[in-house]
Formats: sequence, structure tokens, C-alpha cells
Amino acid sequence: MLELQNVWKSYRVGALGSKKLTAVRDVSFSVSRGEVLSVVGESGSGKSTIGKMVLQLIPPTRGAVRLDGREVTARRHSDRKAYYRRVQGVFQDPFSSYNPIFKADRVFDAVRESFFPGLKRAEWQDKVDRSLTSVGLEPGAVLRKYPHQLSGGQLQRMLIARALLLDIELLVADEIISMLDASTRIDVLNLLGALKERGLGVLFVTHDLSLANYISERVIIMRHGAVVEMGATGKVFGDPRHPYSRNLLASVPQLHRKWSDAATEFEDLEPDGDREADPAPLARVGADHWVAAAA
Amino acid sequence: MTTDAALNADVIGKRNEHLYFALRNPKVVIGLSIVLGLLLLGLIGPLFLSSSPTAYVGPKSEAPSADYWFGTTVHGRDVFVQFAHGLRSSYLVGFLGGGIAFVIGLTIGFTAGYRGGLTDEFLNMLTNVVLVLPALVVLIVISSYMEVRGVVTQGVIIGLFSWPWVARAVRAQTFTLRNRDYVDLARLTGKRSPQIVVREVMPNMASYLLMSMILLFGGAILFASMLDFIGLGPTNAVSLGTMMQQSMAWAAIHLGLWWWFVPPGLAITAIVGALYITNVGLDEVFNPKLREM
Ligand SMILES: Nc1ncnc2c1ncn2[C@@H]1O[C@H](COP(=O)(O)OP(=O)(O)OP(=O)(O)O)[C@@H](O)[C@H]1O
Ligand SMILES: [Mg+2]
Repeated sequence: MLELQNVWKSYRVGALGSKKLTAVRDVSFSVSRGEVLSVVGESGSGKSTIGKMVLQLIPPTRGAVRLDGREVTARRHSDRKAYYRRVQGVFQDPFSSYNPIFKADRVFDAVRESFFPGLKRAEWQDKVDRSLTSVGLEPGAVLRKYPHQLSGGQLQRMLIARALLLDIELLVADEIISMLDASTRIDVLNLLGALKERGLGVLFVTHDLSLANYISERVIIMRHGAVVEMGATGKVFGDPRHPYSRNLLASVPQLHRKWSDAATEFEDLEPDGDREADPAPLARVGADHWVAAAA
Repeated sequence: MTTDAALNADVIGKRNEHLYFALRNPKVVIGLSIVLGLLLLGLIGPLFLSSSPTAYVGPKSEAPSADYWFGTTVHGRDVFVQFAHGLRSSYLVGFLGGGIAFVIGLTIGFTAGYRGGLTDEFLNMLTNVVLVLPALVVLIVISSYMEVRGVVTQGVIIGLFSWPWVARAVRAQTFTLRNRDYVDLARLTGKRSPQIVVREVMPNMASYLLMSMILLFGGAILFASMLDFIGLGPTNAVSLGTMMQQSMAWAAIHLGLWWWFVPPGLAITAIVGALYITNVGLDEVFNPKLREM
């Protein structure tokens, strides 16, 4: 359904855009309906940049983003609005996602104003209530409150409910649970699982491997803006081929192992080189399993 | 950032709370009363005064009396009539100059801060150029080249030169606010940029905007009075500044005609001072940390 083909993104930094910072390099992947695709990688590897390009918040420098085969970038405002009926996003920080001086349910009103101007008050209220119930929220408990009167988990779920008001096919979830506590986390994660069952595609950005393993069918591991390994979650996590993937997996703290037990051996990795150059090409090493050639 | 946002929410959460505290803040109440009182006098006064401020109506150099409340000038003009009309001109300059500067400053600040990139670089350059221009010198040059100067022209010119600091501050604040996720969320809701600026960015700096509006207003009045006083005021109208300038030109101090220059001088001081006091009071209203416990 959603497809990225050889997408590059360079930010212009410095005075008069004199310097370039290439944040995403030659990334290609696709997300289908009812599938969760996780994007993992260290901080600064370009995960959020990919999410923002999919959401058309920033344009790709090169390459194409397609939805059902149609190019989506650089179109008119009305096209973009139509796109947002089908693709929505939720961000990392629930408190920054709401304008603190307004009530939280204003995010719903904005959706109504933009996408359902003709709907009657009562019908709309009904729709909002159903959407809130579907994400496990009690409408009476969250409506007409200011953001600071609600918990992070409630706020994130309200944002998911907001996205579900539109008949979305793809949800871009950029670290949506990294600021939640462990039990709320599982609730939101299970909610995503349920939505996936109903046919929603999810682009799940995270730096937590266990979360990626828990929720996703397929996974992409990124480093320095490029894909180093991707494929079915079982394959990539069960048989990591790239040294960076192995390091990542080795660095996940495990419940029954203490820090003092044994020092994990990390493999040496190639340093960050010229980001303008093409990254190492991906080679197929198995069914739905690709790895970038390590130097 | 999270705690900061939560704090903001606590402070600004209830709009009415601000009005409540504003109406109970003595600085705001006193400041606004003075400003509005004089404004009322300037607005209504001339309606009830039959004579024109430049008409020779009475005896020369007369001290204040029941007939001539503020006395008369060396030429026998009624000082109170001049005062009422002068207030009117001064407020007009304040509204025009302050208003124009506010609109330009906001437009440039929001555009630069929200668009960023090259637009920002260009607008920032423009702002800096106008900022370092010696505005007074430019105004003197422009004013002295114009044969007929009116209050409106003066207000417009002042407005065209006093926006840069507002633009800079608005740009800086917009820069931080536009990176908040709620701005991105508004874009995901299909909102256009101007709408996002007005509905998501501007409300978060409402208190700041109100305060800069007040400062621009006072600044324009003060600036105009200064120009008037050095003889570059309106040629076809009376303002508080031209009253001062005329009284000095005719040696009112030596002749002991204090009633000629004291009222306009006091009024300028009162307006600008009251605006300043209002601003300090508003600052206390918007920043509860400054409120006295
Ligand atoms: N608006 C921007 N302007 C300039 N550079 C940017 C911008 N946004 C991101 N970058 C840079 O692009 C690179 C990738 O950033 P990105 O936010 O995509 O990383 P990330 O993988 O999401 O990291 P994290 O896990 O910390 O969220 C970083 O080096 C960052 O500094
Ligand atoms: Mg990120």
C-alpha cells in the first residue's frame, strides 16, 4: 500500500543553507494493509525523518513516496488533505502534541472542521464517543479537560482516536509509547495490535527492539540514515546478519541477566563516512531477509 | 519541555482567571484609568468645544480662570481647547504608529519564524537593517523634506520604522513554537499555514503580543512628541508636542505662562508612564511568579 523508493533526505543547515546534513539515504520499503512495520535504529539514524516524509510534513530530497502506486509528494493542498484522510500520525511526546492553552478535545473539533463540516453536532459527538471507546477510553473522563489534567497514556490514546475518526489505512506511530509507563505501554501496544487485525497498516518507529519484536511482522534496522538490515521480524531478530544488528540485539537488557554477569562483546563497526555516497547495497540472504554488505 | 508545557497549561488554562487578576491588579487599573480617561477627554472634549485650537478667542496670556480653564497663550488662544485637540492627535499617532508597527512586526515575525529557511534569512536581514537605521535621523530627514505634515503622515512614518524589535521577538518565539508537535498535528488535519499561525502559535503568545502592543503605542506617542518638540510636528494640527514647542518658542517659561506648557508636558508623561505601569501590572498578571503573595 505505502511504498518508499530510493528516498533521500538532506536537511539544509547553517547560514543561508550552506551546509547539508543527509539524514536519510536511499531508503526503500513498503508497508501493506494489516501489517506493522517497525523502524529501529540508534538516535539520529533518521527514523523520525522517514515518518515525517511519509506524513508529508517534509518533502524528500530525492526518491518517491507512493500510496497505492500513486506519487504523494509535492501536491496541492486539497490532495494533501485527501491524503490525510487515509494516512495519519501520532507523535512521541503527548504533552507537546496538544496546545496547552486549549482543551484536549480541540483536536477532535479540528478534524470535524476540516473533514466533516456538514455533520450534525449529535452525530459527530456520537462518532467521537465511539472512537474513544474503541481505544479504551471513557468519553466522559477525557472530554472537556485540559491536556495537563490527563495522563500521557490517555493523551496518546486520544490521538489514536483522533486518527481513527478518519478512515485511515496507515498510521505513522513515532515512538508513541516511549514516554509512557510500562503498564500503559502494553495497553497502547495491544490497541495497535487490535487495529492491525482490523486491517490498519502501521509504521512503528521505535528504538526499543523488544517492542518491535512484540508488535511487528517486519522490521527495518537503520544506521546513519541507511538501512542495514530488513525483513521478517523472526528472521532479522532470530538470525541477525549485520554486525550492527547483532550489537543492537546484544545490548538489549534482559530480565534475568545482571550487568555484572558478563560483559557483552561488541563487534567493531564501520564509522560514519560520506553520507552523500550511496550506502552499501542490500543483498538478499533468505526469504524476506535483506542485509547491507558490511565493510 | 513536558513540565514547561504543563506549567503553561496551569497558568494560561483559564482565560477568565487573567481578567480576574487584571481587574484586581492596582497597576493595571490605575494605568488603564489614566490612559482611558485622557483618551475620553481627547475624544469627547473637542465635540463640546466650539472654538478651534488656532482661533484667537480671548485676552492674551491670561492665567487659568472659569472662562479659560487652562488659561490662554501669548496670542490669546485657549489652552484647554488646544489641549483637548492635542490629546486627540497624540492618541491618533499612537494608534496609527503603534498599529502599523504591530501589523508589520507580526507579519514579518510570523512569516520568518514559521517559514524559516531563505525567507527567514531575507526577512531577518531586512529587520536588522531597519533596526540599525538611526530611525530618528531618518525621520528628521523625511519630516524636513515634507512641506505639509499631518498627524496621519507622522503616525505612518513612525509605524514604518518602529516594528523591528517586535518582529525579532515574534520570530524567535514562533521559531520555538512551530516545532511543537501540535503544529504538525494541525498540518495533519489539513490546516493551512496562516490558519496554523493564528490558531496554534499566536494564542500561545497572546500576553506577549498584548504587552508589545501597549509598548508600541506608548513609544509612538513619545516619539511623535519628540519630533513635534524639535519642530518637525504636524503643520496643520495641534498636538501635545507642538504645544510644548510653541510655548518654548514664545518663551513661556520666562513670561511665567506655566499653564501653557505644564498641561501638555504632564499629559505626555502621564500617558507614557501609565502605559508603562499597565505593562508592569500585566506582567504580574501573566506571570504568577511576580504576583505578590
Ligand atoms: N529539521 C531539521 N533540520 C536539520 N537537521 C535535522 C532536522 N531534523 C532532524 N535533523 C537531523 O537529522 C538526523 C536524523 O534525525 P531524526 O530525527 O530522523 O533521528 P531519529 O532516528 O528519529 O532519532 P531519535 O531516535 O533520537 O528520535 C539527525 O542528525 C538530526 O540532527
Ligand atoms: Mg525520532
